[in-house]
Amino acid sequence: MIKLRHIYKSYELGEVEVPVLKDINLHIKPHEFVSILGPSGSGKSTLMNIIGCLDVPDSGDYILDGEYVDSCTEDELSDIRGGKIGFIFQQFNLLPDLTAYENVEMPLLYHRIAASERRERVLKTLEQVGLSERMNHKPSQLSGGQQQRVAIARVLAAQPSIILADEPTGNLDSVSGKEVMDIIRELWKNGNTIVLITHDNNVAKQAQRSVYVHDGILSEKECAI
Amino acid sequence: MTWKIIKLSLKAIFNNKMRSFLTMLGIIIGVMAVVILVSITQGATSGITDSISSMGSDLITATISDEDVSISAEEAESLTEYRAISSVAPVISMNQTVKKGTESGSYSIVGTTAEYFTVQDESVQSGRILAPSDIEWYTHVAVIGTEVATDLFGTWDAVGGTITIDDRNYTVVGVLAEQGRSLAGSDDSKIIIPYSVAERITGQSRISSFYVKAADSDRVNSAINIIEMFLLRTTRDEDAYSVNNQSEVLDTMNDVTNTMSLLLAGIAAISLIVGGIGIMNIMLVSVTERTREIGIRKAVGAKRKHIMLQFLCEACILSIMGGLIGLLFSYCGISVYNLIAGSIIAMNLTVAFAAIAFCAVIGVLFGSYPAAKASKLQPIDALHTTG
Ligand SMILES: Nc1ncnc2c1ncn2[C@@H]1O[C@H](COP(=O)(O)OP(=O)(O)OP(=O)(O)O)[C@@H](O)[C@H]1O
Ligand SMILES: [Mg+2]
Repeated sequence: MIKLRHIYKSYELGEVEVPVLKDINLHIKPHEFVSILGPSGSGKSTLMNIIGCLDVPDSGDYILDGEYVDSCTEDELSDIRGGKIGFIFQQFNLLPDLTAYENVEMPLLYHRIAASERRERVLKTLEQVGLSERMNHKPSQLSGGQQQRVAIARVLAAQPSIILADEPTGNLDSVSGKEVMDIIRELWKNGNTIVLITHDNNVAKQAQRSVYVHDGILSEKECAI
Repeated sequence: MTWKIIKLSLKAIFNNKMRSFLTMLGIIIGVMAVVILVSITQGATSGITDSISSMGSDLITATISDEDVSISAEEAESLTEYRAISSVAPVISMNQTVKKGTESGSYSIVGTTAEYFTVQDESVQSGRILAPSDIEWYTHVAVIGTEVATDLFGTWDAVGGTITIDDRNYTVVGVLAEQGRSLAGSDDSKIIIPYSVAERITGQSRISSFYVKAADSDRVNSAINIIEMFLLRTTRDEDAYSVNNQSEVLDTMNDVTNTMSLLLAGIAAISLIVGGIGIMNIMLVSVTERTREIGIRKAVGAKRKHIMLQFLCEACILSIMGGLIGLLFSYCGISVYNLIAGSIIAMNLTVAFAAIAFCAVIGVLFGSYPAAKASKLQPIDALHTTG
């Protein structure tokens, strides 16, 4: 369960303080599939980073599964990210020097998971995204769609309850994009909470509901983009 | 986990072989400097101290440096009256040109008594040593070192031959046993003649030094005291003479070696520290280059300590690996030195271990700042960095 109340976030550009999120209120129930839409630069990614505990708001409350995130220390935030949240980025964010297998295994190394279980999980999730044959390839030897699927496997292996996807199909062609979306829908059906940022209305339609970011405010209705 | 971190660090190091090697070079050179230099110093001096201690610690050498002070052989010999002193060998030393037919060379001439052989623990390999009668009767005889024998006679078998010193002929009555080389040069190139004869060559009854054998090693110090008192009484000038004992020489020698080793270790430590700064420098570059990697790792749940450990581990591996390569090179260096110098110096293991331990310390010391810097990066800022 994600609860955002009066979230305010601004960036300092030189002397001026530019507010990006002014008063965001959002409630996402467990197992919900929500898409976030909005014009470029409206603050969708900023919002997503706050939800994912990568960033903290200047003011406002963020309650995740009943816990006030604003009062967490840096290491507690790391624990939340590692345990509950999985990120799928537009730029994949794989480590270029590691193979697909090692990339998927990497988060598990920080969670004290036994070697045998680690191996089992990595192999299973790579199988799930259909990349068993490519597990010894480095990201540079994989197509964009394959890289994104490795990134998804990396999320799955850590078994988070909430999956945050920031334009996961933004860098992909329609076929790879559809494959990725199929996997994401599959995850939702398996009981994960999904928050998805997209510019593509067809993608957004697959979600249960859509919210719109505009002028630092969140609304349920579509505004003119 | 630990193993994974080590593997990760090795990967990072081997991904950038040339850079890693250049980074390690400072450490490699530092370790080589300390290990090779200390090994050679210790090896060389242990050879010298061995040869000094083999001469016996109950030997005392008194040298009269002031040319104007005149002490006669009889005065020196009178010291045997003391119970702490068992024998005294007066010495008149000089350098003279020595001829044998057409062969000639400059050798150090030692004018002394039969006691010399007892005190110095020297013996002849053929012929005889000086006899008291030689001194009494001013016989022109000589006991020569092996090098003199080979130079002038072409063989060690020189007994019965004749050599010319200062236009007078001397019969060779003995050839000394071979001594080998020491700090002061070759001991085999001296010629021993009766001191009464030497007195005639110099034209004055003044001895330049004398050797004293203490009654036993417990009485070396009292013997030294007696000699010093005697010399002070006769010369009335503390600067006119010096009294030395082998064990003192040995102590001084050890002091010098230790100071030198310490000095070398200090210099090497400085170069190791410079090497450490090199590692810190490269680690800082590496942190900047890998900002995005750090961001990704943090985004998936890595904590500060994980990132810290990863970079610290990398710095330590760099410096310890540099140290080990340095040891390897040192081993080769010492082997080459042995081959060239014909010595049998071994690598000083204490220094080797100390150097490696020091490298580990350097790795931690200079790795911690970049590691701390890496661990403090905010995940969001790190992710936003391109590259
Ligand atoms: N680190 C930063 N420093 C300063 N300004 C920033 C920073 N990050 C984002 N911004 C600003 O905040 C605003 C919102 O950025 P954000 O990335 O959230 O937009 P977005 O809605 O995700 O856009 P897009 O759809 O193009 O991805 C932008 O105007 C951007 O310039
Ligand atoms: Mg964005």
